[in-house]
Amino acid sequence: MSYLYFPGCSLRSTGRPYEESILAVFRKLNIPLKELDDWNCCGATAYVSIDENRAFTLAARNLAIAERMQNNGNAGEDLMAPCSACYLVLEKTQHYMKTDEGVNTEVTAALRRGGFDYKGTTKVRHPLDILVNDIGIERIAKAVVRPMKGMKVACYYGCQVVRPFETFDHAAYPTTMDRLVTALGATAIDWPMKARCCGGSLTGTIQEAGLRLNRALLKEAEKRGANIILTCCPLCQHNLECYQKRINRRFGESIHIPVAYFTQFIGLALGIPRKELGIQRLFIPLKFADPPTKEAHAHA
Amino acid sequence: MPETNGHDAPRVGFYVCHCGHNIAGIVDVAEVARFAGTLPNVIVARDYKYMCSDPGQELIITDIREHRLNRIVVASCSPLLHEHTFRVATEKGGLNPFYFQMVNIREDVSWVTENHDAATHKALDLVRAAVRRVAHHRSLATKHVRIHPDVLVVGAGISGIHAALTLANAGKKVTLVEREPTIGGHMAMFDKTFPTLDCAACILTPKMSAVKNHPNITLWSYSEVSEVSGYVGSYTVKVKRKPRFVSEELCVGCMECIDACVYKEGKTPDEFNQGLSKRKPVYIPFPQATPQVVLIDPDTCIEFKSGRCKKTCVEKCDRNAIDFKQKEEIKEIQVGTIILATGFKTFDPKRIPYYGYGKYPNVYSSLEVERLVNASGPTGGDLVLRDGRHPKTVGIIHCVGSRDRNTNRWCSRTCCMYSLKLAHLLKEHSEAEVYNFYIDIRAAGKAYEEFYDKLLEENIHFIRGRVAEVTDWSARPEEEGKMIIRVEDTLIGVVRRVPVDMVVLAVGMEPQADSQDVRRMFNISCSTEGFFLERHPKLAPVDTFTDGIFIAGACQGPKDIPDSVAQAGAAAAQALSLIDAGEVELEPNTAYVVEESCSGCKSCLNICPYTAITRDETRQKAFINEALCKGCGTCVATCPSGAIRQNLFEDEQIFSEIEGLLQEKESVLTGGGAWRAPA
Ligand SMILES: Cc1cc2nc3c(=O)[nH]c(=O)nc-3n(C[C@H](O)[C@H](O)[C@H](O)COP(=O)(O)OP(=O)(O)OC[C@H]3O[C@@H](n4cnc5c(N)ncnc54)[C@H](O)[C@@H]3O)c2cc1C
Ligand code: SF4
Ligand code: SF4
Repeated sequence: MSYLYFPGCSLRSTGRPYEESILAVFRKLNIPLKELDDWNCCGATAYVSIDENRAFTLAARNLAIAERMQNNGNAGEDLMAPCSACYLVLEKTQHYMKTDEGVNTEVTAALRRGGFDYKGTTKVRHPLDILVNDIGIERIAKAVVRPMKGMKVACYYGCQVVRPFETFDHAAYPTTMDRLVTALGATAIDWPMKARCCGGSLTGTIQEAGLRLNRALLKEAEKRGANIILTCCPLCQHNLECYQKRINRRFGESIHIPVAYFTQFIGLALGIPRKELGIQRLFIPLKFADPPTKEAHAHA
Repeated sequence: MPETNGHDAPRVGFYVCHCGHNIAGIVDVAEVARFAGTLPNVIVARDYKYMCSDPGQELIITDIREHRLNRIVVASCSPLLHEHTFRVATEKGGLNPFYFQMVNIREDVSWVTENHDAATHKALDLVRAAVRRVAHHRSLATKHVRIHPDVLVVGAGISGIHAALTLANAGKKVTLVEREPTIGGHMAMFDKTFPTLDCAACILTPKMSAVKNHPNITLWSYSEVSEVSGYVGSYTVKVKRKPRFVSEELCVGCMECIDACVYKEGKTPDEFNQGLSKRKPVYIPFPQATPQVVLIDPDTCIEFKSGRCKKTCVEKCDRNAIDFKQKEEIKEIQVGTIILATGFKTFDPKRIPYYGYGKYPNVYSSLEVERLVNASGPTGGDLVLRDGRHPKTVGIIHCVGSRDRNTNRWCSRTCCMYSLKLAHLLKEHSEAEVYNFYIDIRAAGKAYEEFYDKLLEENIHFIRGRVAEVTDWSARPEEEGKMIIRVEDTLIGVVRRVPVDMVVLAVGMEPQADSQDVRRMFNISCSTEGFFLERHPKLAPVDTFTDGIFIAGACQGPKDIPDSVAQAGAAAAQALSLIDAGEVELEPNTAYVVEESCSGCKSCLNICPYTAITRDETRQKAFINEALCKGCGTCVATCPSGAIRQNLFEDEQIFSEIEGLLQEKESVLTGGGAWRAPA
């Protein structure tokens, strides 16, 4: 089991702790990741709304590189895309290249000009899918050294990993992350907001609307007793974490809840040092002590 | 059977039908007639407005006589529609009816081709093929099969009950097989029925007891058909009778044993009450169950589990009806016709997690609410919720598992109406405000729209929009402790949050879980969604593609009680017409063995899907039972010695037809011919 890895821009900027924790967790589990050669912008964000086919072409170049790498010594390795936006646009490109002749013709021609002969064999995967369905909850649970007892987790999936394609979990009521954190010893709270909108880029454009959406998510998580929200998308993480102060000021709330990446949470449970997981980069500090190991427990 | 000069040189009469504009609007029928007139053997070639009309048929009859015709070809619609009509005309003219051949230039040509020239060209090819083929036709005799007068009805919901009673009242012997311990189906669970709001039990139970007491009906409840063989007129059916562990002959349904059972309280979710109450191991589904016989569930009975129960039930029963040693029985019956009335199942709302069924206790399925408002239901008709409260607001969500790409695409037809009914009943049983969330109100039926009108005046709220979700996500103090229904109200164009105490999911109607197994056992078809397929959606709604097997009620598709009963009556009438005719004619398209060529290799024996072939051991030849053969042709293609041939599909007939088609090779083979519609 090994994977090709597409970081995308977020994981090299606002989402750094996501990348750090993914690499650390996969290392700990002995699953090799190989970064995609010469990757480029995934084509998501505003590009899709301006020129779909060009956006798809950008995404397709990444898919084509992955296929080339698969043919050159990386056979059978799926392409892991941790950012939900990258994940979706890559999936979408795959989908339209298979089902829409117009898209296929234009994108294929563009790829040809760039020296690619893409056959469409690349499989795009999200790390949540890989961890739960390939590596398996059981194997991860066995590696836990610091059971996350006492942590009440609101698992937040956002929209793009489940909609519209519903590849590995239910479109409106996903459960993979809940099952995963439960296996780490934490309690997953049941809440109806799991796959609801985080506002996406509205927080930067029509801020009033964006804040309102985030407020609903944050309040509901707190109300149901969560002491942490876990996400699997850099944009969701950013929205939920960075706007808490502004939401409190705007709506007279007093929300204060850490928002971390699910991979950081796994890392803590596996006993990986906080620094390697980028915990110190969170704005709202995660206030539990460095994970005691099982041995440390035994001594106490 | 008239046998007129069939062996003389062929003299073909050819007729092309306009079918009003249906054919003549696309195909140049005058050209078709002219062309046919130029073909070898054709003596007369005509076009006519409606060949199936009396004057059309008369043309054929007089031409046969005047022109000494001995072959007839008609180019018109599908043989399914009028092959029989023209065969009869051929026969009336004095020929054996099988000297006829039909060409379908409507469904196969004019209805599916836009280009006039292409259509005409294709018609010409088909006509040439048929004229060649008919020269090789032979005189055949129609087979007759006797119809056994007894009928099997499977499923005893309202449809099966009605069909069985209709037949029994006409003097026919009926075996009615029901797999549940009681008959009645879904209707027995309802309190009242739309649109008249008459009490379901009051109209159903008299029919149930009529079934039980009818001298012509054998009722086998708690039973299932396990094997069917044979053919129209002569089916052999095996029925598995599950043990009730109580003798049906001895038990009088006094229910003393239930009181006496060592269990003081029931522990098992009561199936009939949709799990809203508990039953004991010895139980009866409901007080008016038919037959009035209790049964014991071996999975929960202590005697079955440990063999050490005090058996207070046995002590109590002074009729000695309880018998722990009862065994499953297999019965075999002979019938001529079969009616399937196996009904439907309701959609499982857990498949839509965002409606919260199974998560929030006060989200109910409509079938549960039918029990809840029922005077003989688990709460005696008191509308009390699972958490003990009485609801002040109720939301009824329509189209749950209907009209939805993610679950079922079809409209379940009854949910709008039963939602209206439940809205009325909920209001009657409580002080609650009732909201209906609907996409469209489909109230098409006699007195249905009027019923809807009446409800509008009863102060029931109607909000048009498909509900997005049911949650306990309260955003305002007044929403605390309620379930919130979020919906886009498409009439005023806003998203609304409606807090309620109780949610009712109007679940749709689906095929039974085992409909595919049942279909296979009875050798009928299902439509893509899994309901049993009728022979023709308009003209043969209760027939199937298997002769002698009919369908009625919700097993054919979602429908309400009036429609189910109408179909049940129709199915009974279809069975009666077969029975009263006494015999059926069968198409003589069966396979036969040319004994001189048969080497007795047995290759054909196991491949026949209808087990029609056996080996005559003394002669060492294959033998085909004509009555069982359905004319599928599998054996014809299989026989390595070419010893099996098939009536109406003889080699010469098929080859000459193909030659006729291919004569203008280019047009058919290369695909480049003029008949192809331009892209
Ligand atoms: C909540 C709800 C409320 C409704 N309210 C109304 C109303 O007010 N008015 C109205 O007109 N309609 C109403 N309907 C529709 C009504 O239920 C149906 O029209 C009616 O039940 C159809 O009758 P049926 O006999 O075809 O099927 P069913 O009632 O489903 O009966 C089928 C019978 O066949 C038996 N069976 C199934 N498979 C087998 C097998 N393999 N072997 C032996 N037996 C078998 C079943 O056990 C059952 O007894 C309502 C439906 C629902 C879901
Ligand atoms: S089994 Fe006996 S006691 Fe029980 S209901 Fe029947 S007759 Fe009465
Ligand atoms: S034609 Fe079909 S049904 Fe008839 S005997 Fe042959 S295999 Fe059986």
